[in-house]
Amino acid sequence: MDVATLTLTQAAQALATHEISSVELTRAFLTRIEALNPSLNAFITMDPKGALQAAEAADKRLARHEGSPLTGIPLAIKDLFCTRDLRTTCGSRMLANFHPPYESTVTARLKAAGAVILGKTNMDEFAMGSSNETSHFGPVRNPWDLERTPGGSSGGSAAAMAAGLCVAAIGTDTGGSIRQPAAMTGITGLKPTYGRVSRFGMVAFASSLDQAGPMTRTAMDAAILLQAMAGEDPQDSTCLNSPVPDYVRAINQSMRGVKIGIPEEYFGSGLHPEVRLAIEAVKEVYQGLGAILVPISLPHTQHAIPTYYIIAPAEASSNLARYDGIRFGHRCENPKDLKDLYARTRAEGFGAEVKRRIMLGTYVLSSGYYDAYYRKAQQVRRLIAEDFARAFREQDLGVILTPTTPETAFRLGEKNADPVSMYLSDIFTINVNLAGVPAISLPCGFDTQGLPIGFQLIGRPLDEVAILSAGHAYQQASHCHTITPGGKA
Amino acid sequence: MNADSRFETVIGLEIHTQLRTRSKIFCGCPNQFGSQPNTQICPVCAAFPGVLPVLNREVLNMAIKTGLALNGQIRLRNEFSRKNYFYPDLPAGYQISQFELPIVEHGELMIEPEDGPRKRIGITRIHMEVDAGKNLHEGIIGASWVDLNRTGTPLLEIVTEPDLRSAAETGAFLKKLRAIVRYLEVCDGNMEEGSFRCDANVSVRRWGETKLGTRAEIKNLNSIRNVMRAIEFEVDRQIDRIENGEKVIQETRLWDANQNLTRSMRGKEEAHDYRYFPEPDLPPVLLDPARIETIRATLPELPDQKFLRFQDQYGLSDYDAGVLTANRELAEYFESAVRAALPADPKVVANWVTGELLAFLNKEGLEISQSPVQASALGALTGMIHKAVISGKIAKTVFAHMCVHGGEPQQIVLEKGLTQVTDQGAIEAEVERILGAHADKIAQYRAGKTQLLGFFVGEVMKATRGKANPGVVNELLINKLST
Ligand SMILES: [Zn+2]
Repeated sequence: MDVATLTLTQAAQALATHEISSVELTRAFLTRIEALNPSLNAFITMDPKGALQAAEAADKRLARHEGSPLTGIPLAIKDLFCTRDLRTTCGSRMLANFHPPYESTVTARLKAAGAVILGKTNMDEFAMGSSNETSHFGPVRNPWDLERTPGGSSGGSAAAMAAGLCVAAIGTDTGGSIRQPAAMTGITGLKPTYGRVSRFGMVAFASSLDQAGPMTRTAMDAAILLQAMAGEDPQDSTCLNSPVPDYVRAINQSMRGVKIGIPEEYFGSGLHPEVRLAIEAVKEVYQGLGAILVPISLPHTQHAIPTYYIIAPAEASSNLARYDGIRFGHRCENPKDLKDLYARTRAEGFGAEVKRRIMLGTYVLSSGYYDAYYRKAQQVRRLIAEDFARAFREQDLGVILTPTTPETAFRLGEKNADPVSMYLSDIFTINVNLAGVPAISLPCGFDTQGLPIGFQLIGRPLDEVAILSAGHAYQQASHCHTITPGGKA
Repeated sequence: MNADSRFETVIGLEIHTQLRTRSKIFCGCPNQFGSQPNTQICPVCAAFPGVLPVLNREVLNMAIKTGLALNGQIRLRNEFSRKNYFYPDLPAGYQISQFELPIVEHGELMIEPEDGPRKRIGITRIHMEVDAGKNLHEGIIGASWVDLNRTGTPLLEIVTEPDLRSAAETGAFLKKLRAIVRYLEVCDGNMEEGSFRCDANVSVRRWGETKLGTRAEIKNLNSIRNVMRAIEFEVDRQIDRIENGEKVIQETRLWDANQNLTRSMRGKEEAHDYRYFPEPDLPPVLLDPARIETIRATLPELPDQKFLRFQDQYGLSDYDAGVLTANRELAEYFESAVRAALPADPKVVANWVTGELLAFLNKEGLEISQSPVQASALGALTGMIHKAVISGKIAKTVFAHMCVHGGEPQQIVLEKGLTQVTDQGAIEAEVERILGAHADKIAQYRAGKTQLLGFFVGEVMKATRGKANPGVVNELLINKLST
């Protein structure tokens, strides 16, 4: 059995029929990780002991024909989810030795479902970055081309997935951090509706935008994982209490007659011609499945980047104030006084991009600037959300189809000198976070350099069923998602 | 007195009341004090990465209750904000508070100051927020320690309009407000222990001036008396400066109760920029008007209403009604005493409570809840006087006994044989015996020295160890002496 290309669905089938045990599967991935991680740097912390224990427990459940589709499935978890007693660094020197005394709701639910956690994946520091280069633990490399970024901030999860180091992975998405790396590594990545999945135990970057989601080989696999992750949590007041539909059962909906909105603003001059071409092909597949393409406009799209880079840093500047060297995390040596303790702890513990965003956020919230920046950004944010609501309502759309990124994976170091060009890498994904709607990125081909291209499907709030079933329909009609980098890594 | 012929005093208050909820405002930790440092905390209290606040509904109910009692408007959509600043006792680096949309606005409180007529004081706003921990410096060299037990204690901040005009008015306001939060059982009102804290914004201006003068914010006021003293000092200080041609500086000043003065803590330029913004971890609080009405229906009778009822129902004077309703426990004590005393006159019960009982409690520094004399006992005692079982004098002896040993008056009177003798025959025998021993004094009395009646009464009472009914003794003596 080639574990490197296994889908979650296939793995669950193999486990249920005892074709393979969870311990065998787990060992196979641990072996692959040992071999490939040194060149990819996808994992920050491995937990072979915990993984094998979980696998043994899963095998016992499987032997009794108990458990869920996730029982015994080896997963890779972004190192932003707090895992009890297992180091959680958030890609930062600040938390390089942090062992949480509690478990995030997401990992708690996955563990309860019987999943096996192989380890914690690399990421941009505090999820601030689009290339995984801001990690204190070094950049992750893209399995399709080791000189290139896998995207960010969930770059470790994306690379682990693409290189076949796990059956599925969990990421988080604040401005595109699941979808952009999914597109750049040729996997499927889902950002659910804001509030669909609990944020409890996720180290906060921007509280009003952060959302956890699955990174998988297929839309079907994403549905299985979302099923286990989603739903009300008394520990997160922003988590929605709407009932969770049966995503797996709902995934086989036909595309016949479904209206797909094509927003003109996403197909401007910034879009690389090869990406554009690939998206044209996706449109044809959907037309072939009986869907109806509808040109639409999302007029406030152009304001997304500045709006995001006010709101996200503002929240981050406040969220990251707790890293003061007093109760946990990094503390500077021999502080002279309180100010020195704060200043040196934070100067040493945070990297450059995190400091840049803390300063940006502090500035936009300052008295005299608040109205011009933060309040204005919140107003624009409402207009962006209204753009989506109006388009769905007036055109009776099922989903909206866009490219996920303007270009394929860029070279490591290519955009480091110019933060704004790095920020533009998320231009098609950020609107979705600002509006709080769900979106999925799916692989749809390769450019002439052999690098994966992704497209994005956006749904109405809480309509994950629409994007999952549209994604599944596409993957039934095409085979891009089955292509892996193979021996490249 | 700060009254000055040229300057008017203007005072506004910010009061922080710690709410007596079972658990903290944003986590399940118990809301209690006196434990070992950092034993009443959890990852939420300590602001660990990734943990989230969840609002305690009890806090919301108490805020609504207080808002209604202060006649305020409850905002059906209010929101929490973050107030950002660095301090070791503030683990998250921000305080969760309310800023632009507080839960209560436009309230009021009527006060009866000693130096003037009944007056309305506007309440600008009341908002919910979280208390910080404590930094410990004592007995530690080269470091400070942080105790987070208090972190997460729910607070209501009550902000007044600058409507107060003197230290006396401020004292009256604080007493009234403290009585109300105690009536509502939302706060124990203990200023010394910091569960009811007050900062005063004080300024002066020339009479007739409509613009407010530059204010100083005074902190570290741990009793109503200190608030009043600090205001008096600060007003004099500000007037002196102005008279000397100096300007009053906008600053925060600390009250030093030992030296009886305020001193500068930080100036305006050192003030924090708190960078308030809506708390993204908590959705806006949406209130159903029906919920507010449900809470309104549970409001207890408040001091003003009780004052009127006590006058009406028990015929009490302004003074007695005022004293008895200033404190909910005292009012409840009085009413149970009245029930136990029936059919004795409630006014007599009021006299005992405001007189003997409060004098004793004040002397001993006891709260009414700590009184060794139970309300039922004091009521029974009054009832026994009414039924002439004992005299008022004996009652004072029994009361003094109860103050030390507690117990029921009937029992004490029985055990000590203090029952008043009203039996004519028994008293008459005693009267005859006394008269027989003082023939000389009888002659003097009959010769016109009638003030000797007191002597005879005293002798009979002494002989009966105070148990004879003084009315009966009087009557018998007058009869016998005049024949
Ligand atoms: Zn707690």
